[in-house]
Amino acid sequence: MTAADAALAEMKAQPVQAGDGRLPLIALVGHPNAGKTSLFNALSGARQKVGNYPGVTVERKSAEVGLSTGRRAELIDLPGCYGLVPRSLDEAVTRDTLLGLQAGERRPDAVLIVADATNLAAHLRFALDVLRLGIPAVMALNRMDMAARDGLTLDSAGLAARLGIPVIETVAVRRRGLAELLQALEPLLALPARAPVPFVPADTRALGREAREIAKAATLTEGQGRVSSRRLDAVLLHPVAGPLILAAILFLMFQAVFSWAEAPIGWIEAGIAWLQGLVTAALPEGVFRSFLNDGVLAGVGGVVVFLPQILILFAFILVLEGSGYMVRAAFLMDRLMASVGLNGAAFIPLLSSFACAIPGIMATRSIPDEKDRLTTILIAPLMTCSARLPVYAVIIAAFIPNRALWGPVGLQGLVLFALYIAGILGAMLAALLLRRTVTRGPAPTLLMEMPAYQLPHLRDVAVGLLLRASAFLKRAGTIILGVTIALWALASFPAPPADADRPAIEYSIAGRIGSAIEPLVQPIGFNHEIAMSLLPAMAAREIAVASLATIYALDADDGDTTGLVERLRGSWPLPTALAFLAWFVFAPQCLSTLAVVRRETGGWKWPGFLFAYLMVLAYVAAGLTFHVASALL
Amino acid sequence: MSNSTLDSLAPGACARVAGFAPVAPGIADRLLELGFDEGAEVETLHHAPLGDPIAVRVDGSVVALRRALARIVLVSNAG
Repeated sequence: MTAADAALAEMKAQPVQAGDGRLPLIALVGHPNAGKTSLFNALSGARQKVGNYPGVTVERKSAEVGLSTGRRAELIDLPGCYGLVPRSLDEAVTRDTLLGLQAGERRPDAVLIVADATNLAAHLRFALDVLRLGIPAVMALNRMDMAARDGLTLDSAGLAARLGIPVIETVAVRRRGLAELLQALEPLLALPARAPVPFVPADTRALGREAREIAKAATLTEGQGRVSSRRLDAVLLHPVAGPLILAAILFLMFQAVFSWAEAPIGWIEAGIAWLQGLVTAALPEGVFRSFLNDGVLAGVGGVVVFLPQILILFAFILVLEGSGYMVRAAFLMDRLMASVGLNGAAFIPLLSSFACAIPGIMATRSIPDEKDRLTTILIAPLMTCSARLPVYAVIIAAFIPNRALWGPVGLQGLVLFALYIAGILGAMLAALLLRRTVTRGPAPTLLMEMPAYQLPHLRDVAVGLLLRASAFLKRAGTIILGVTIALWALASFPAPPADADRPAIEYSIAGRIGSAIEPLVQPIGFNHEIAMSLLPAMAAREIAVASLATIYALDADDGDTTGLVERLRGSWPLPTALAFLAWFVFAPQCLSTLAVVRRETGGWKWPGFLFAYLMVLAYVAAGLTFHVASALL
Repeated sequence: MSNSTLDSLAPGACARVAGFAPVAPGIADRLLELGFDEGAEVETLHHAPLGDPIAVRVDGSVVALRRALARIVLVSNAG
């Protein structure tokens, strides 16, 4: 009698326990590449709840699933790991949850172990490690279709007998085997809770031997082993072709993020302007109208306007991750990242930061080493985010002659390119210095599994997109909205006197702060108007353009910046304009980024450090630019 | 039967894992978890541009690792 049969027999003897009113908990565990997320998506659809474990930044993904008898259970998708000795925050959550030690989580009533049929021995080692804990378990033998394609046949009944748990063949992306899986899980939930087994780290070698022996016995015919993946890798990891293909993919991605998003961004801006128009028409001029228009609506607009770019960026990243290419990109980029003390895994978060630092910083959770992760967080804001583009665009249009240099390459485009490069070089330099000082640690290394290539499944991309977009809206949205409203208040109160002869903002708290910092920024070539715009730009960088327009008492409501361009050209010397650009490459804006860094690092220490070091960097860069340009021009 | 380390294996050449150079046990455990057990068949598949990191097939899976780490893995060329 196998343990599963014993479990069934035991269940028949036991009445179903009412428990404490909460649903029974099923934990989904497996290697990061076992197809765990696909299986979770297939079992739960889009009814997923994403939360956080208290005190750590690890996401808790759960969903309610209906079992065959109509009972319901909660399924949680635990972070993927290779063993039960944790190397990262994510892996610690998996281990502690299985042991019943995770704060804010009950001990699972059953585990669903996902194993990749095409790589059985490696996945069985983890399964054996989990089974030692004594939690009732079912194994999903996933990717049976890929195994069949490789000519690999497995004896899943024999495997079940050896492991003493039900083994169900599944193809998660095609929803095959799901009903059988739930059917096998149901009886386990009725088992009486067993006392937790004290955790002793396994002997990795002994587990490995056992796993290979079991895998060998369960393998009826050997497959040819991932022939198509090897053929693809021969091209995609080729020393010359590989980097070229990566560059082409990145180029396409940037092209998509910036040009495909243009139209939807225009619609969102028009929509917000239309709403502001409604408010203007419906309400008398006053504090309340200003609050709705310049605080709330501007804040909502400031959040939503990022969505098109972020959705496109996430769609690309999800497809690249789902296909198995992202790991290859990290492999190709690792040497370059290593030269500044980072890891290939930092490549993806840094890439995301070109759209916005906030999703980039959120993506650093996948970096296993804490110091690696911290360094990546600290340099992510140096990647030129899309919010800086409107600022660059106005200044470049005003001060850089629109002259063709070589063929299609113009001087304006070259300056824009140089600003991106300045950010990247600044980030590399910062990483080098940080790695030798504040984030010094053991030499970072790279060790990761490269999964077989597969076609990303539409459902997985759609669910991932939905979850990431809502996480962005929830986290960044609340912060950006709050900051915009707070800065609106600072820029609106106190109201100007009746006989005011200067723009209203000059009389406000923001204006006074601007005047106070003016002497500080004078040495780097900044004038009164720039000093006034620096504080509002903390809400989001592109607001610098709107606030300059306000300060110059121009009407910027229609989004037309030609008036501002003319005005700036007439009133700023060229060195000041260049210093302003240099400032924006490095300056620690926006407040939303700082707030996200606080969340991800669990305190004010690192956002404080980030703010200080970027401020110094921006000040020095702007000062140098101003004085060198003044001397040369 | 000659012994060498995984980082010196030419692309396309097969070998078997013979053991680990003396290192912190945590590092060896991580390698073991990814399948570098004594006796496992390894084959170097790719070198990244500039030669580092490398991609290695270990039995059924492919693992990317830096050369410094590959130097810890002792292999015997007997196959």
